[in-house]
Amino acid sequence: MRSAPTPPRFAQRLLRWFCAPHRLDELEGDLDELFQDRIKSVGVHRARWRYLRDVLSLMRPQFMRRQPQEYPNPSHMDMLRNYLKIAFRNLVKQKAYSFINIGGLAVGMAVAILIGLWIYDELSVNKSFQNYDRIAQLMRNRTINGETDTRAGLPIPLAQRLKDSYGESFRHVELAWWTSWHTIKLNNQVFSKSGKFMTPGVPEMLSLTMLKGSRDGLKEPGSILLSASVAQALFGDANPLHKTLTLDNTMTVNVTGVYEDIPAGNSFDDVQFIAPWALYAASTPWVNEAKDDWTNTSFEVFVELAPQATMADVSAKIKNLLANNTQVNPALKSEVLLYPMARWHLYSDWKNGVNEGGRIQFVWLFGIIGIFVLLLACINFMNLSTARSVKRAKEVGIRKAIGSRPQELIVQFFGESLLVVALAYVVALGLVYIAVPLFNQVADKHMTVPLVSPLFWVLGLGFTLLTGLIAGSYPALYLSSFKPIAVLKGTITASQFRGSSIVTPRRVLVVVQFTVSITLIIGTLVVYRQIQHAKNRPIGYSRNGLISLLLNVPHYEQQRETVRNELIRSGAVLEVGESASPLTEVRSTNGGFNWEGKDPTLQVNFGTIGISHEFGKAVGWQFSQGRDFSRKLASDSLGVVLNESAVAFMGMRDVVGKTITWTGNDFNVRFHVIGVIKDMVMDSPYEPAQPSIFFIGQTPGKFLTMRLNPERSPQASLATIGEVLKEHLPEAPFNYTFVDEEYDQKFRSEERIGTLASLFAGLAIFISCLGLFGLASFVAEQRTKEIGVRKVLGASVADLWALLSKDFVVLVSIAFGIATVIAYYSLHNWLQNYEYRTDLSWWIFAIAGVGALVITLLTVSFQAIKAALVNPVKSLRSE
Amino acid sequence: MKGTYLGEFEEVVLLAVAIRDGDAYGAAVVNEIEQQMGRSVNLGAVHSALHRLQEKGLVKSEMGGISPERGGRRKRLYSVTAYGRRVLEEVRQLRNQMWDAIPRTAWS
Repeated sequence: MRSAPTPPRFAQRLLRWFCAPHRLDELEGDLDELFQDRIKSVGVHRARWRYLRDVLSLMRPQFMRRQPQEYPNPSHMDMLRNYLKIAFRNLVKQKAYSFINIGGLAVGMAVAILIGLWIYDELSVNKSFQNYDRIAQLMRNRTINGETDTRAGLPIPLAQRLKDSYGESFRHVELAWWTSWHTIKLNNQVFSKSGKFMTPGVPEMLSLTMLKGSRDGLKEPGSILLSASVAQALFGDANPLHKTLTLDNTMTVNVTGVYEDIPAGNSFDDVQFIAPWALYAASTPWVNEAKDDWTNTSFEVFVELAPQATMADVSAKIKNLLANNTQVNPALKSEVLLYPMARWHLYSDWKNGVNEGGRIQFVWLFGIIGIFVLLLACINFMNLSTARSVKRAKEVGIRKAIGSRPQELIVQFFGESLLVVALAYVVALGLVYIAVPLFNQVADKHMTVPLVSPLFWVLGLGFTLLTGLIAGSYPALYLSSFKPIAVLKGTITASQFRGSSIVTPRRVLVVVQFTVSITLIIGTLVVYRQIQHAKNRPIGYSRNGLISLLLNVPHYEQQRETVRNELIRSGAVLEVGESASPLTEVRSTNGGFNWEGKDPTLQVNFGTIGISHEFGKAVGWQFSQGRDFSRKLASDSLGVVLNESAVAFMGMRDVVGKTITWTGNDFNVRFHVIGVIKDMVMDSPYEPAQPSIFFIGQTPGKFLTMRLNPERSPQASLATIGEVLKEHLPEAPFNYTFVDEEYDQKFRSEERIGTLASLFAGLAIFISCLGLFGLASFVAEQRTKEIGVRKVLGASVADLWALLSKDFVVLVSIAFGIATVIAYYSLHNWLQNYEYRTDLSWWIFAIAGVGALVITLLTVSFQAIKAALVNPVKSLRSE
Repeated sequence: MKGTYLGEFEEVVLLAVAIRDGDAYGAAVVNEIEQQMGRSVNLGAVHSALHRLQEKGLVKSEMGGISPERGGRRKRLYSVTAYGRRVLEEVRQLRNQMWDAIPRTAWS
């Protein structure tokens, strides 16, 4: 027996799924009846089809809509909607309060995001190099008079020794000459570019992205690799491959490759070209002579470790390579160590031969500041929410009375804080977007907001949730703990909200806020004082109108007299001097000095600066004893000028006329001292000047220092100098720098910290004041009646102002006390980094304290006076 | 109450309800229309029209008894209200009036 035909099961299930339950019975009945009829009239097959069509035709909203019930049974969605509605109503009703909350949080979050981006940027420096974790630079420790210093200069034969004896530990051992400015000549155009001379394995080691040519381009001595930007500057869009250039007017090179610029901010970002080491050695006699000399530690060595080798192991193995060499002076206790690329950027300081500190301190410092600024904004939120909670008490009471459990109220208030935080986050993103260009300028960065990075959004979401939880925790837990009977009976009144149980934590939070703010203010003041202190230091020469020029010209000695005479004759400059080091840096230090009465155990390391006769006159150095070099006295070519530090180091009183001998590998010179100058600040302005010796150089100095004629405009003078140089030294590009600008560069990193710190301090105090403003307005509102009664009884406006302000002044004073201790301790430690430092005067603290107090009073007084001026009739008549 | 404009299909459904006086439910109306007009209609369209007619107050409905051919399922029985009857008559009268207005020459 065949079973009765059935309608399509799928259609039945579909109907049961979408159809409202109260209509289902009736519609299914109709469908069934029609189905049975149609089996008879049109057959099973078509009946089933029609059944499906009918079901589909029933898919209309009117059949899906569920029947409204007489007694609503609210779902989670309904309660959430209610929470949202109440939250929005509260935000809109209390506009000032919402503004303070959202605005303050947004600023705090924006600061935290900016700092987060900055830290991310700092931590990712150099990570674009593929072999980032296996590249290292070799460093050398040496001990002079008990002090260990660490430098990157190493002898050339060390590289070969590493390859021969420890070849299995390294994939690359590469020699390099320091990144420096060189002239590149193309046809008759001369360019000045900074670059390096390195051995052929370097492009592979640094994983350079070759746009043209290959990484093997340095194998031939007469070759050069250009960065994309230099190739563009030299050749425009033409193909630079196989073009011929002249380097430093002596070396002829063929372009064998173009590599993508190394991104700014990374190591080697200033390497605009790479030329072969062999070329440099062949064209520079003293480098060629140093190829087997273990004592000439003038060169850089970079290595890439083999995959199985670790930095620590290799560092330990090669430690005594220099000390074991017979040529090296054993008294120096030389050690060789690896300086991993991962540490180059953030850990650049060396203390007693150990690599520690550097920018990482700022990463920590700013990280902590970011967290604190965000914390300040969260504290505002907590304070204002709990303070405002008196207004929400009735709501909590009613919610509890009609069945809300505490955890539901916690969800509600957390939700409310998450809503506010989410709004603040949106505003903060906008602020960050606007502030990033400015921040880049101040911090010298190239950051962008990574809007396309999913990581950024995930972090942003997590960050919002975290902030919402921190900011919302206290109000949520506090509000949900109200006893409904007490609240609704009115036994919890305004006065109880001023009771100690809630006011004390609020006071603690205000104290925390102002402690952070005042500490930041003191910190900013001290950073600026320190910079100013170093800037005001006597520098021993006059930098106004002084320009400096690097010369890379062959046979300059044939032209030097003409050039100098022509320059002076043109009236553009007063004097021209030559030196081997630029005025803002000591490039060469040497030992081997001896004098009568020298303590034999004393190890000498003098800055040695070869100069021309007129150098002193050009820079305007100041003599404390003796006299300057003179061309008229032939004996002056073996005369030397010392600086005061050197004299102090030698421990002699009347040094003028004494003999100093300088013994090197293959030379021995007897100098006589003709003068002593006041210390010139050539290196760090925060450190004492290095003991230095100035002598007449055998070869002309590479740096020309010119004193511009102050009676003529600098522009005109520069134009004249350019013409004179072009006429007599056509191969030299006129790339001058102003010495005072170079000098100011030394303050950049400190100034940057100062600017950022003041920015953050300003924002911190702004956020704190916003919170204080909100609290003060709340307190004034709470005490409206009290103020009215007091006024009726004869209180003056001043009395009322004092009444309302007193509490806050006490809090800020406590904060000031705590901040003083913290700031003194941390700043004292910071200043220890500088040899030449300002003192922590009491008045800095006084200024910060008084400033904070004044700002507090201004903030609070606005509300206090507003409240005190209200007519008591109005405030007492209400209700 | 919504406007009393009566669509063509609504008019057909309303007439079918009137024909099946006392026994007008979804499937019956579908069958009636299919028999009378010889065209197939969807159940959804009919129910939807019935729903609209009820909203306009032209029909009313009540749940009817259980019948065996529907597997024991109840049906919703529709009946034309007095207002619905008046509207139907108005429509008819309007048609007639227009029929009468056609000049005789128009057909020749």
